[in-house]
Amino acid sequence: MPFALTPEREREFADILSRYPNKMAATIPVLHLCQEQNGWISDDVIAFVAQRLEVSTAHVQGVVTFYTLFNQKPVGKHTIWVCRTLSCALRGADDVLRHCEKRLGIHEGETTKDGKITLKTAECLAACGQAPMMQVDKTFHENLTLAEVDRILDNLRKS
Amino acid sequence: MIKRTNLISRTYDLPNGYSLAAYESVGGYKSARKALAMSRDQVVAEVRAANIRGRGGAGFPCGVKWGFMPKNSNKPHYLIVNADEGEPGTFKDRTIMEKNPHLVIEGCIIGCYGIGAHAAYIYVRDELHLSKERLWQAIHEARKAGYLGQKPLGFDYPVEVYVHTGAGAYICGEETSLLNSLEGRRGEPRLKPPFPAQVGAFGCPSTVNNLETIAAVPLVFELGGDHFSQLSELHYLKDGGTRLFGVSGHVKNPGIFECAVGLTLRELVYDLGGGPPPGTKVLGVIPGGSSCPILRPEDVVHAPDSSSPLHPWHGKPAFDVPMGVDTYRALGTMLGTCCAIVLSDKADPVLAFHNLMRFYRHESCGQCTPCREGTGWIERILDKLIAGEATMADVDLLHEIASNIMGNTICAFGEGAAMPVLGFVQKFRPELEAYVKSKGKSGTGRLAL
Ligand SMILES: Cc1cc2nc3c(=O)[nH]c(=O)nc-3n(C[C@H](O)[C@H](O)[C@H](O)COP(=O)(O)O)c2cc1C
Ligand code: SF4
Ligand code: FES
Repeated sequence: MPFALTPEREREFADILSRYPNKMAATIPVLHLCQEQNGWISDDVIAFVAQRLEVSTAHVQGVVTFYTLFNQKPVGKHTIWVCRTLSCALRGADDVLRHCEKRLGIHEGETTKDGKITLKTAECLAACGQAPMMQVDKTFHENLTLAEVDRILDNLRKS
Repeated sequence: MIKRTNLISRTYDLPNGYSLAAYESVGGYKSARKALAMSRDQVVAEVRAANIRGRGGAGFPCGVKWGFMPKNSNKPHYLIVNADEGEPGTFKDRTIMEKNPHLVIEGCIIGCYGIGAHAAYIYVRDELHLSKERLWQAIHEARKAGYLGQKPLGFDYPVEVYVHTGAGAYICGEETSLLNSLEGRRGEPRLKPPFPAQVGAFGCPSTVNNLETIAAVPLVFELGGDHFSQLSELHYLKDGGTRLFGVSGHVKNPGIFECAVGLTLRELVYDLGGGPPPGTKVLGVIPGGSSCPILRPEDVVHAPDSSSPLHPWHGKPAFDVPMGVDTYRALGTMLGTCCAIVLSDKADPVLAFHNLMRFYRHESCGQCTPCREGTGWIERILDKLIAGEATMADVDLLHEIASNIMGNTICAFGEGAAMPVLGFVQKFRPELEAYVKSKGKSGTGRLAL
């Protein structure tokens, strides 16, 4: 089925367009808007963005494949990103990652069977002074202990 | 000498310090009023006198960069504020966006006026959701108060500020990659020249500044350019003012500290950062984000030539040199983003090296062969070394590959990846060789304590 934005997001779409001197510049913000609604960037989303911004589907495809935050396939309801770059690694990021893998029964890059949680790694997320850290959806969890990780995972499972 | 300041961070501890009310309670938007009453040339001259060295990594003087903008072009001009904050170890811009966003908006108003622009785009990496929210909130508040829009603060000089987001790519912090990303394209760096001041965003003259650089601008008009510059102990090297210093990794008290320029690494790591955790010693410090070659506590300054900016510290420990753009370049490293990563002797330097090289391989945009292939080779050699399968020749090969990246790429990412390689090979050769001899069993095998 062709992709369409909800009326509320249509208003946001118009607001985004008003910020730029041309339509192409809205490509990344509009892809974010679509992904927020659809969960990932399907071919239908690509066709929608190309048509509305008057650019080619090849252009949109090129953008989608360049940036790591655009999901090229469906992901879980929640996504966890564990930062593994140096400042975090020095303060136990490996232990946090392994603990998540064990507790969720999946490896980095995978989604739990119930479709709830996708586990990913991230490169430095600008929270190095509060390491180790992980991002869950839009929220940063900093200065993590394994007990804190357990609490976060339990809450996610319940939600 | 430690000179803590409270200019950028003065709203950090106020209740709702990010609000317009809090910002105005400490004198907010007075600087923009002053600046907009001056001529454009006077504004640029004041910023030049302040000696703000770019806070994004390269340390280029802000006022000089503004001066590159054309005076009589009939195209629109743009101010682009770089808040991609992706350099490993760097977490300073985020504190400004979260805790003092109006300082950025006020900096944008003055910046737009100084470079002849009517629009500023703040490019924030997508992951920083709270930062984006706080900036948008500040923009809405400022617009409502009449500080943005057709007649900001009553002056006949329209200014709009927008937040633009990336989508997870470290390379988009590089200014020309950022411009492509702003235009809705893949974030691949462009060849320079043309420079952004000629052909920047949307084919128009543009200035790209780091977010902390822009945040310093209102302070310049509050104190006066000269006075701002003289806060710094390195004022005489045209490295002025006050900035955010960060420290992370193996210290008791990691964090961001605002200080006058001139702080030493020893003061940052031991006094502000609290030093290494009990029972450990400092093994090395990466001074300003991961691209800056590592310094070791035993490094001594060698600068017998009296014309060197380092000469006053000849024979003294490198850790005691004031942290400045030129002093650090002369030390053979870089000040970068001024956010240090500390490794204690419990951390295996070979694993630290490997961690960073994985990062660079992952983040290379792939346009240039030396960068794309070189970062991959380096990571694979380190994989082999850690697996106990490398030879002594591989250690030399690391040096050779890095040397071949230097100067042979479109953007400075190549150097940013190669310099730490040269640094690690130079400063930790015995450790790398021990890995070869022991078949991967010589280090602590850990990064965490
Ligand atoms: C690979 C790479 C990544 C960069 N990342 C950032 C960044 O995240 N933030 C930033 O302000 N500058 C970054 N820079 C530097 C910018 O290209 C540019 O020099 C800077 O934004 C200019 O602002 P300034 O003069 O105020 O420092 C990066 C440069 C390179 C080569
Ligand atoms: S140096 Fe690396 S990151 Fe920069 S343009 Fe070339 S391949 Fe891309
Ligand atoms: S290294 Fe993890 S947030 Fe910077």
